[in-house]
Amino acid sequence: MSGTKKLALRQRYEYLTRGLDWETTYQPMDKVFPYDSFEGIKIKDWSAWEDPFRLTMDSYWKFQAEKERKLYAVLDSFAQNNGQTTISDGRYANVLKLFLTGISPEEYQAHRGFAFTGRHLRGAGARVAAQMQSLDELRHLQTQVHTISHYNKYFDGIAEWPLMHDRVWYLSVPKSFFDDARSAGPFEFMIAIGFAFEYLLTNLLFVPFMSGAAYNGDMSTVTFGFSAQSDESRHMTLGIEIIKFLLEQHPDNLPIVQKWVDKWFWRGHRLLGIVAMMMDYMLPKKVMSWKEAWDIYFVEAGGALFQDLGRYGLKMPKYADIATAEAEHISHQNWAVFYQYTHAAAFHTWMPDNEHLDWLSEKYPNTFDKYYRPRWEMWAKMEKEGKRFYNPALPQLCQTCQIPMAYTEPGDPTTICFRSTQYKGDTYHFCSDGCKDIFCDEPEKFVQAWLPVHQIFQGNCGGATVPDVLKWYHMNVGADNMDYVGSPDEKLWNEWHAEKLRQAG
Amino acid sequence: MSIIALAPDYESKVEPRDPLKNFHGNMLVYVHWEEHLSFCSAIAFPLPPVMPFGALVSEVIAPHYAAHPDASKIDWSKAEWMIDGEKKTPDFDASLEANGMHHKSLVRFWTPGLSGVAFS
Ligand SMILES: [Fe+2]
Ligand SMILES: [Fe+2]
Ligand SMILES: [Zn+2]
Repeated sequence: MSGTKKLALRQRYEYLTRGLDWETTYQPMDKVFPYDSFEGIKIKDWSAWEDPFRLTMDSYWKFQAEKERKLYAVLDSFAQNNGQTTISDGRYANVLKLFLTGISPEEYQAHRGFAFTGRHLRGAGARVAAQMQSLDELRHLQTQVHTISHYNKYFDGIAEWPLMHDRVWYLSVPKSFFDDARSAGPFEFMIAIGFAFEYLLTNLLFVPFMSGAAYNGDMSTVTFGFSAQSDESRHMTLGIEIIKFLLEQHPDNLPIVQKWVDKWFWRGHRLLGIVAMMMDYMLPKKVMSWKEAWDIYFVEAGGALFQDLGRYGLKMPKYADIATAEAEHISHQNWAVFYQYTHAAAFHTWMPDNEHLDWLSEKYPNTFDKYYRPRWEMWAKMEKEGKRFYNPALPQLCQTCQIPMAYTEPGDPTTICFRSTQYKGDTYHFCSDGCKDIFCDEPEKFVQAWLPVHQIFQGNCGGATVPDVLKWYHMNVGADNMDYVGSPDEKLWNEWHAEKLRQAG
Repeated sequence: MSIIALAPDYESKVEPRDPLKNFHGNMLVYVHWEEHLSFCSAIAFPLPPVMPFGALVSEVIAPHYAAHPDASKIDWSKAEWMIDGEKKTPDFDASLEANGMHHKSLVRFWTPGLSGVAFS
């Protein structure tokens, strides 16, 4: 009746992908798609791929443009109203430093990884979904950079984020995580980032940062969080779709997928340790403890997920029980690392005040008073005596996760966990059985790891002394690093505060 | 297990990044003072294999742990040592090499009677 009748979304999606998966004739399909078979994954029927969103390009652009308009309107008014002066405390800016240097570059890595995957999967539906996610991730990087660039006008430690990502010791942790995923085949990448990261663990990353921003008066970050949220729900759906699709396609896929789930769960758990530290130590106004977040988002939600996936034969990730036990410890152990290496970190540290210590005691009744509070009190006392505690040496790093080997034995929080193995005549050290297993499964890959401490000793990081290395990191010594108390950040924050009091009369 | 890679001869192209030859005549040594978790992890040093074990203790280990309140109380003759997972009584006059140490050896030590403040 009418040629202008709007097509239903589903129909338009079918037009969008129709014919994209034609059989090539000039070149054999295996040459056109050289990456999607070597991992051993067997796909019988790509057309069984269900894209739950069926988003067409025109609605994608319209939707994203609308969100961008809102975001940039909020950013403008935040800047005009000097929103940076009404955050909860100057310490909060350090959360943004951690985010922009540690997380945002990984949005870019995710963008690259999904672009690659979107080229190299044979199925049209999966390809379109991966390409859209690739665009989303690029947008996430851009919106985060634009949001945080406002803070860069006032706070230290943010300006050199791309260079720091490639050089600074602790940023090699997220960098190597994504390098590992991106140098795997497209199916492992989809399980690593699409499923383990975006589905299983995403709520432990974004919810803490975004609700942390909301609790601490950072409306600009809350807005980019909202702007990413509808993308994230698409990413989660893609993550669950990929795992179900692989498990439904062939029974031989199960052991491969299980191995990847085990690996990426453990790598993700290690990576999320920085979020744990951020939640328990860096937010001036706390949202909830890391332990509480872990219980809600992993133990409960993850438990239900794996119960559901059990019908395919998939089991809970290996060492999930160890990770849950570590939720009582990792935030404290990570904060201890950064406190003693504050001279080499591009954000500020501090010892918790009494109110904060009491909050930690209450949130961690099994562990905090017994293992951590005495250490914090000792360090606070040393600080008062003018003997602020620093670690003057470089730490031993785990060959797999690249984090200083600061984690303790399962069941014994007073002893560092040491694991090692031999490969072709050399010794390799690990923080945990989880990291050791990952290495032993692919030693050829992990013997090539760029471990910052070893690189310094090999002479590849600007020189042999700490000042040489910090210069190579582009660290503005005395401003970017060291304690919050006494920093230019603190000075500026106190000036803003004094000005407010003066104006209030 | 071995890696599953796209290139069939991938293994032959692998170059480990941290072999002994990359450290300019030194070998990597990791040291950890047990029951003193103020030091968040073991610490790493590039050291000449011919360095006497006694020099490792007096010139490397002792100064790097000096910031701890227990450090001045250590009686090194009573310290207990574990090298690469084995309890050892190192010969302080002999070299690291002669004490059985190699590239990336891990030296853990206990100081009986000293265990920090609640193992910190
Ligand atoms: Fe993202
Ligand atoms: Fe995402
Ligand atoms: Zn590790």
